[in-house]
Amino acid sequence: MAEAPALIEAKDLALELPDMTARRGLGPRPLARILHPVSLTVRRGEIVGIVGESGSGKSSLGRTLLRLYRPTGGRLAFDGTDITHASEAELRPFRRRMQMVFQDPQSSLNPRHRIRTIVGAGLDLAPGAARGREDALVAALEEVGLEPALLDRFPHELSGGQRQRVGIARAIATRPEFVLADEIVSGLDVSTQAQVLTLLKTLARDRRLALAFISHDLSVIRNLCDRVVVMRAGRIVEEGACATLFAQPATPYTRQLLDAIPSPAPDPGWLTRGAVPPASTAIVR
Amino acid sequence: MTDPLLAIDGLSARLRKPLLRPLLRSVSLDVKAGEVHGLVGESGAGKSTIGKAVLGILPRAIEICGGAIHFAGEDLLRLPHRRLDAILGDEIALIPQDPMTALNPSRRIGDQLTDGLRLKRGMRGAALHARAVELLADVQIPEPEAVLKRYPHEISGGMRQRILIAAAFSLDPKLILADEPTTALDVTVQKEVLRLIRRMQAAHGTGVVFVTHDLGVVAQICDRLTVLYGGMVVEQGETATILASPAHAYTRALLAATPRHDQAGSGTTPIPPAVTAALATEVACYGMGPAAHG
Ligand SMILES: Nc1ncnc2c1ncn2[C@@H]1O[C@H](COP(=O)(O)OP(=O)(O)OP(=O)(O)O)[C@@H](O)[C@H]1O
Ligand SMILES: Nc1ncnc2c1ncn2[C@@H]1O[C@H](COP(=O)(O)OP(=O)(O)OP(=O)(O)O)[C@@H](O)[C@H]1O
Ligand SMILES: [Mg+2]
Ligand SMILES: [Mg+2]
Repeated sequence: MAEAPALIEAKDLALELPDMTARRGLGPRPLARILHPVSLTVRRGEIVGIVGESGSGKSSLGRTLLRLYRPTGGRLAFDGTDITHASEAELRPFRRRMQMVFQDPQSSLNPRHRIRTIVGAGLDLAPGAARGREDALVAALEEVGLEPALLDRFPHELSGGQRQRVGIARAIATRPEFVLADEIVSGLDVSTQAQVLTLLKTLARDRRLALAFISHDLSVIRNLCDRVVVMRAGRIVEEGACATLFAQPATPYTRQLLDAIPSPAPDPGWLTRGAVPPASTAIVR
Repeated sequence: MTDPLLAIDGLSARLRKPLLRPLLRSVSLDVKAGEVHGLVGESGAGKSTIGKAVLGILPRAIEICGGAIHFAGEDLLRLPHRRLDAILGDEIALIPQDPMTALNPSRRIGDQLTDGLRLKRGMRGAALHARAVELLADVQIPEPEAVLKRYPHEISGGMRQRILIAAAFSLDPKLILADEPTTALDVTVQKEVLRLIRRMQAAHGTGVVFVTHDLGVVAQICDRLTVLYGGMVVEQGETATILASPAHAYTRALLAATPRHDQAGSGTTPIPPAVTAALATEVACYGMGPAAHG
């Protein structure tokens, strides 16, 4: 594949946040180092997987790419513009061009709003919002494979997969160029998951959408993404094309993650094979 | 062969009036002591409903309209309340899905872990404390003394799930219902937890009903397997046999929809509408008596 232009370019991004785990004393909270310098590029039409164990910094990286967090080091560019330290006002024109789909459609969709209102909220941000609103709503639903009749339902009247697709419809209604999906298929059954993965692939291909896909499920990443970065303790420990990285992981950490995936073919030795990870971390500081 | 520990026999359940929508259609399954029985199927198939029926914790909206649940020879659906109370939570325990919501955030781990021992066994003081430490050591939690004094948010998700496993085994139950006990965990922690459940149930000879929608998990931990669709048993038997040569088109479709890390292009084929349409007809024809048209 010819190199598409980079849409998101992160160079040596670092992130420190006020440490929520520190005991509250006098004065400001001490800072916790969340991301050590991390570099990552997402091109138009490309799906980049971000994988790693819980607490490795996947969501923090994703939120920094969307400039929901302000990096404390390095450089972040969106479509060639440096937005590392852009103010909220300066970010406004970019907000519509980047969107996020959340993990839990149950809690991220307002239960008191009809699907029409939920998806419409995305449209209101889009240029020329009022014109052809109904058409745009129907189109947004059709694009994610939902019946327009669902517009008048409430979230609890939909299945998990339908709710997740409403979340995607809301995100893509503004016709963004970059979408961050954070654990959006965990908890879905495999058939629904397959529908959502197919939809994401189509959006990347047909719309040239740049997609960052966070997941701790390596099997899903393998079958969705073009490239993958493996995170551990706030760092990227390995990255590469999916096909090569999964066939020949370079680090023991990635190997360990792959070995921990249960395969749907019974393997009597699997459960007892491999080291028990060190259990010295029972208590979260 | 020994008698099964749990024998669900033609269990049917439906939503109460006015809908009477059938949720379980004459489901039968057996679990022997020391056996792990997997329950798989898409969301809404009725997996949790079966578990709740066994535990006697169905929501008011759902009623059982046929069949029996035999546990160690007694029919749970026809037992007097007092006897039922003695069994549930004592001889039958639950490992819930979400370790965060299953624990009360404002009570210490130690107190929550020992609820069963205090209420059902009347244990107190030093003996209770010693048993609690032992339970945590069993599930390989380091510094058990310190962990007992912590609150749920002060320990990691994997550790919380271990606490719930320890609590489930605390009264040495004969049967454990595990409802998606690893869905919320990442792969390395999931493997630890699976290993733990396997080790504990083998050591205690516990029968386990293991609800999941991950056929990978099923392959590695379940001896036998029931595939559900629309509240109906689609296929049932030895896990290895079913996964190697699934007899039903639906099971084959479920396998095809499962992503594999060693196989590019897998996991992007949803279950074909033709397969579910054929099942829907089968489901509709299932003998539910007057409720079938609901
Ligand atoms: N405000 C904060 N103060 C202190 N630590 C924080 C703060 N925010 C995040 N962290 C820590 O930073 C690390 C990375 O968190 P993050 O949520 O990015 O991880 P993740 O990879 O998305 O994990 P998960 O898979 O569980 O969602 C974790 O150890 C988390 O506890
Ligand atoms: N309290 C309730 N009121 C009405 N319907 C219910 C209730 N609880 C469950 N149901 C319905 O019963 C059916 C079976 O639900 P159940 O929770 O057993 O599914 P499941 O196989 O566990 O699915 P999942 O994988 O999503 O947990 C579903 O159609 C569901 O909508
Ligand atoms: Mg996260
Ligand atoms: Mg369930």
